Amino acid sequence: MISEESTIGAMALTDLPDRQGFFKPHRIALMAVAAALVFCVVWFMRWDWIPEYGGRLAHGVGVTLLMLFGTCILGFLFALPIGLVQVTGPWPLKMLAKGFCTVIRGTPLLLQLWLLYYGIGSLFPQFPAIRQSFLWPYLREAWPYGVAALTISFAAYEGEVMRGAFAGVPRGELEAARAYGMSRWKVFRRIWLPRAVHRALPTLNGETVLQLKSTPLVATITVIDVYAVISKVRQMTFLTYEPLLLLALIYLCLTAILVVAFRYLENKIPTRGA
Amino acid sequence: MTERAEAIAVENLHKRFGPLEVLKGVSLTAHEGDVIAIIGGSGSGKSTFLRCINMLELPSAGSVTIHGETIAMKKDGHGGLLPADRKQVQRLRSRLGMVFQSFNLWQHMTILENVIEAPVQVLGVPKAEAVERAEAILRRVGLHDKRDAYPAFLSGGQQQRAAIARALAIQPHVMLFDEPTSALDPELVGEVLSVIGDLAKERRTMILVTHEMKFARNVANHIVFLANGVIEEQGPPEEIFGAPKSERLKKFISSIH
Repeated sequence: MISEESTIGAMALTDLPDRQGFFKPHRIALMAVAAALVFCVVWFMRWDWIPEYGGRLAHGVGVTLLMLFGTCILGFLFALPIGLVQVTGPWPLKMLAKGFCTVIRGTPLLLQLWLLYYGIGSLFPQFPAIRQSFLWPYLREAWPYGVAALTISFAAYEGEVMRGAFAGVPRGELEAARAYGMSRWKVFRRIWLPRAVHRALPTLNGETVLQLKSTPLVATITVIDVYAVISKVRQMTFLTYEPLLLLALIYLCLTAILVVAFRYLENKIPTRGA
Repeated sequence: MTERAEAIAVENLHKRFGPLEVLKGVSLTAHEGDVIAIIGGSGSGKSTFLRCINMLELPSAGSVTIHGETIAMKKDGHGGLLPADRKQVQRLRSRLGMVFQSFNLWQHMTILENVIEAPVQVLGVPKAEAVERAEAILRRVGLHDKRDAYPAFLSGGQQQRAAIARALAIQPHVMLFDEPTSALDPELVGEVLSVIGDLAKERRTMILVTHEMKFARNVANHIVFLANGVIEEQGPPEEIFGAPKSERLKKFISSIH
């Protein structure tokens, strides 16, 4: 029904040329070089430390993923109203959202993280009311500040993305929804939001990958993510390259999984080429 | 015109955009089974008039009555009107099938999903029943094989037929067509007009803004000529096209032929 030529499928790592087209002499040569490199890395470098730190590494990957998904989901939930009020909201809200995006996007994430952790985080213990509140067990940990900083950052960047996405949904489609008797909420839920999210998916994909690579910053405030584990490994084993190579491989794999997952979502609704 | 119920009655409708008065007091009554074609030059206010009927454009003054129910309006404080009861407007809109110049199909839904959206989400029809009805309607407009395609993959003519199917799916009291063929390539106009023509033959109540004069003459039982925001002349097609009275209409018709 939908011909392949007219569909712009988002290309993913899963799309490889067929067998005969793939094995060309130049590719075979390059693959041999790559295989030799991998062999050298595996054979001549030291990897005997992996079993000892395997459990901690797995835990670190878990923390990184929790940080990533937790802050992306939370941040996106904040991004929706931030984007929406910039398109339709009353002017005070509009200015507030715009100001928030400008300030957060205009300052380094590391600075925000440290302001939260070393700034606000060190103020809290001075108030007995806070020390005695039920929140204290969390507020004296490091991770809530990491989650807060990453969430705020993601919300600001995605708020801007969603503003564009909401504004880009053709007015006629929203008008049609109103013309068929949908309430404002229903227009938003059935037409405006899904259309906007679908339009924003390719950008969200990139932003999520960027967010993944912002997570190591939480290691600077003592959260033990995969980056912190690798740092520990380097200190304990006096190895420089091997842990870093493994770290690179881990982030690469996580990125690949994210990209494939997003491309799958994107391709659920085919896009017509111009 | 005997004893047929009033489907739509518009009284003394005014519409201002800032200092520009687009409609200067237009009244029009459509009875059950009427096919009314609104013609006129560009900028005459035809589309604005049609869009005021379902409140996509808010009139500055005047009243709209649909099936005997007048839309309650209140002053907005800037010399215009606002619907007093949003729920009432939504309820009345849900029985007016609007077809737009630029189709306005929802691009993230398949054709079938477009057609069942309003019945399921607005009218509360069970999904299975809505699908069954939608398939029958799609078969009628010749799009049954495209029911799982997305709008972007259809030609303009097919998209407009899908939009007509979407309008039919709500079992509308009245169908409103806003220049349904103006955005189409010439060779695609025919397929859309033939679908609309079939609907007219069933004596469905329709109000049609169009530039297709020959078509208006063939399917409409009443022609309204709008010029400069007022109804310059109206009557049965034979009179309007055969024996126009006003200078403006004579000029308009001769400019078309």
